[in-house]
Amino acid sequence: MYDAIKLTYNVSGDDFTRAGEASSDVKGKLKKMNVPPDAVRKVAISMYEGEINMVIHADGGQITVEITKDCITMILADKGPGIKDIDQAMQAGFSTAPDNIRTLGFGAGMGLPNMKKYSDEMKIETEIGVGTTVTMKVFI
Amino acid sequence: MTVKELIDNNIFELVNNGGNGDTVITKPFACDLLSFAMSKASADCAWFTVMGNMNTIAVSVLADCACIILCEGAELDEPGMAKATQQNVTVFKTDEPIFEAALKLYNLL
Ligand SMILES: Nc1ncnc2c1ncn2[C@@H]1O[C@H](COP(=O)(O)OP(=O)(O)OP(=O)(O)O)[C@@H](O)[C@H]1O
Ligand SMILES: [Mg+2]
Repeated sequence: MYDAIKLTYNVSGDDFTRAGEASSDVKGKLKKMNVPPDAVRKVAISMYEGEINMVIHADGGQITVEITKDCITMILADKGPGIKDIDQAMQAGFSTAPDNIRTLGFGAGMGLPNMKKYSDEMKIETEIGVGTTVTMKVFI
Repeated sequence: MTVKELIDNNIFELVNNGGNGDTVITKPFACDLLSFAMSKASADCAWFTVMGNMNTIAVSVLADCACIILCEGAELDEPGMAKATQQNVTVFKTDEPIFEAALKLYNLL
């Protein structure tokens, strides 16, 4: 197979010209490494949603991806406003996205539910005014 | 039907040729909300939407869509066009509403 790899990406806030680039890059690398398509899709969906949330809700942040032969771990850390009520945020349809973001097609309130659904493990650590770290794992 | 056949068919106007002419289109998929599209679009689908921006292109790449068809006369904006070119995404446009456009393709598959 392959050795463990660690990738890091800086995601800038409110920069839609680059939103999704980190996820696309990881997807391309996983494909080249012959990771099964099902796992690649799960990573692509969950990481993209997390990346977009960092851009829209948290003014950017940093993503670390660790790839081993049996697991892909994504750590998305931001210094944004934090999430007040995680249970509420996790509900399908809940969104605080402003109108200008909604006109771009975001704001369905489906990002966090998608992340939960498509990752095998997900943990959210958040503190108001300090930031949010989302850790997701997809097993190969 | 392949992407190339859809281009040659001329029912939709080509906006960007992503060079994936050999891709076989599996089915039409219609949705404008990106998080729904991200989780529901299946590989090699033809995605019908009115959202012509770079986020549509990004989702299409991540979800492995065969092509995008912008409906209701929606245009691909300039950053979207740049991203489609860079990421090799085939994009069409049409003045028809989403349902009619998707049905047209459905009847050709
Ligand atoms: N990193 C984050 N920092 C602060 N708040 C966040 C963060 N991620 C999510 N949230 C909050 O949780 C809500 C729900 O997030 P979710 O991704 O499910 O929906 P959305 O981003 O609003 O819309 P969609 O993802 O469907 O485009 C957001 O509207 C926002 O209030
Ligand atoms: Mg979201």
